[in-house]
Amino acid sequence: MANKVVTSVVALAASLALTAPALAVTEIQWWHAMGGELGVKLESIAKGFNESQSDYKIVPVYKGSYPETLTAAIAAFRAKQNPAIVQVFEVGTGTMMAAKGAVYPVYKLMADHNEPFDSKSYLAPVVGYYSDTQGNILSLPFNSSTPIMYYNKDAFEKAGLDRNTPPKTWAEVESFSKKIKESGAAKCGFTTGWVSWVQLENFSALHDKPYGTLENGFGGLGTQFQFNGDAQIKHFANLKKWSDEGIFQYGGPVGGNDAPPKFYSGECAIYFNSSASRAGVVANAKTFAVGFAPLPYYDDVIKEPKNSIIGGATLWALQGRPAEEYKGVAKFFSYLSKPEVQADWHQFTGYLPITYAAYELGKTQGYYEKNPGSDIAINQITRGEPSVNSKGIRFGNLAQVRDVIDSEFEALLAGKKSAKEALDAAVVGGNRILRDFEAANK
Amino acid sequence: MLQTGRPRMQTKRTIFPNKVLPYALLAPQIAITVVFFLWPAGQAVVSSFLREDPFGLASTFVWFENYTRLFEDPAYVDSLRVTAAFAIAVTFCSMTFALLLAVAVNRLIRLGGVYTTLLVWPYAVAPVVAGVLWWFLFNPTIGILPYLLSFMGVHWNHRINGNHAMIMLVVAASWKQISYNFLFFVAGLQSIPRSLIEAAAIDGAGPMKRFWTIIFPLLSPTTFFLLIINVNYAMFDTFSIVDATTGGGPAGATNILVFKVFADGILGLNIGSSAAQSVILMMIVIALTFVQFRYVERRVQY
Repeated sequence: MANKVVTSVVALAASLALTAPALAVTEIQWWHAMGGELGVKLESIAKGFNESQSDYKIVPVYKGSYPETLTAAIAAFRAKQNPAIVQVFEVGTGTMMAAKGAVYPVYKLMADHNEPFDSKSYLAPVVGYYSDTQGNILSLPFNSSTPIMYYNKDAFEKAGLDRNTPPKTWAEVESFSKKIKESGAAKCGFTTGWVSWVQLENFSALHDKPYGTLENGFGGLGTQFQFNGDAQIKHFANLKKWSDEGIFQYGGPVGGNDAPPKFYSGECAIYFNSSASRAGVVANAKTFAVGFAPLPYYDDVIKEPKNSIIGGATLWALQGRPAEEYKGVAKFFSYLSKPEVQADWHQFTGYLPITYAAYELGKTQGYYEKNPGSDIAINQITRGEPSVNSKGIRFGNLAQVRDVIDSEFEALLAGKKSAKEALDAAVVGGNRILRDFEAANK
Repeated sequence: MLQTGRPRMQTKRTIFPNKVLPYALLAPQIAITVVFFLWPAGQAVVSSFLREDPFGLASTFVWFENYTRLFEDPAYVDSLRVTAAFAIAVTFCSMTFALLLAVAVNRLIRLGGVYTTLLVWPYAVAPVVAGVLWWFLFNPTIGILPYLLSFMGVHWNHRINGNHAMIMLVVAASWKQISYNFLFFVAGLQSIPRSLIEAAAIDGAGPMKRFWTIIFPLLSPTTFFLLIINVNYAMFDTFSIVDATTGGGPAGATNILVFKVFADGILGLNIGSSAAQSVILMMIVIALTFVQFRYVERRVQY
């Protein structure tokens, strides 16, 4: 019942929002999920576009969290009141790609309106994540991030460690954490946001282990999860052991809301989270110096870790709007991909620069030299040659699958299941969700 | 949810000859009921038999597959169990404490009104605020309660320990509901004739004896009414408390039915399954309401 009520309310709100009087300027709705400072920055980008020309006006509308924005857009689409552009987080990608009649693929949109669009100018790991099997980009990369390691330099020093040598491997994370805890430099060694994204999806990519069959789901809908391999089991077993020893503290399900305060307050000395958390970390870590480093790995599993994979969101054009709006959308997408716009957004937020040109611009501006650690994320995601296992993952209903993983991880931490039992159960539960998705999208 | 049962009116009946007017007067209410209750409910029933992609581009009629899948899903069966445990715990806690407080206040001669007012305050707090409030108090990192509990050797962590999470939810949900129950119990206590209690006292019955043999039985209609109301509250009105605190975790330990409907439908975009779950919830509401009307309504005294 609840979802029906929400659907009707959202549809009603949407219809009110969209019945604006007709003006000479074509208004284009852009629904997004960027709150706080990110939202302000986003609005200034829209303003910049609106002032750069006089035919179109982009109207950004904040719709709440990522899931709320997606749900609102879907409800509005069903009521034929959808916006032209919606920002969808990366776990919604599978859902959007399967909705063939609902989306206007970006490569097609740009071609139809004669806007220049070269997929090669975008970072390969970013483009790979959002392309169909023929290599066509379906949504415009906007804010992409990848997880990195943050550490408390002062706590490292207090524990007798070198403040400029972050742990490289998980063995070092363990030994450093023990030193930090024993010396009293901090109460806990490390914590993490996004267990499913950081400690399982990215973990699998880094160690070149498959996450699911059919090239991690890129090859079609009939895919099965495979994240219960030996490496993943070993890592989860370690996390459980470290949790019991008190050197790892769990920050909660989904994004891990309790994790940031644990790091900010100095309780935990190491913290894994999105590169886009950088602005928050810098603003909140007032009492100590912060270091940045790539994610650790197991050197007995892989000698040279692969690239990490992305998170964040992309912009999708939705079908069903008047034709003149799409021309404006195409122009706006071109504007967004400009190096100076991209570089500004990337440097302000900590999201990745989406195009190589934006990265180069940052280099010539001397941004990375002035802000040490700000290029960790881009170096980590572009290192080496991406393998089948590290180019990303694509599964329908991934948000639900992540809930299953969180839930099993919690059962593991509570001692109800072993690491193998928990991951096996997560695979079974995840596969059930994949079959639901497959059946619904045949 | 408040049912205003009244003794049958003894007034003279007035007959209005106009046959249309009553319907015209009822029309707005009926329209609201149809648009906001019957229509969505009907849609939910229809959706529960369909398998649909989120955008509604394709849908197939699957008969009862959404239902059968639910009962094959261990998470759903677990959710039923959790909901039952939660509802029983909340009902028991909130009613016991409310009765204790009501009896205590009822004995006061001078400050009864003041205490009554103060005790009713939490009812004005929105469930989501109540949830956040207790979430802060119980927060493993910054909360005061885990700090105090640590002196008693309890390592509080509702992020990992399902029992801790359940206790927190029950406390948050009960705390709010105690006020409501308290009001009804106070009213119930005041309607018990003092002469009965005084007679028992003269016969030598102590306070405990008086309570269990006279007051408690005479309160039973109120208690029974509150029982139904509280079970309803715990099962259907506690969504926002769960959403604001545990999000159904850890490991599904607080994943009550009404939250699962939201999580699967809004977050998971599995509309068919979510609709099937809400239809099942609807049946439970209907059953509870039926019980209430059939057995309780006629016995409650206000």
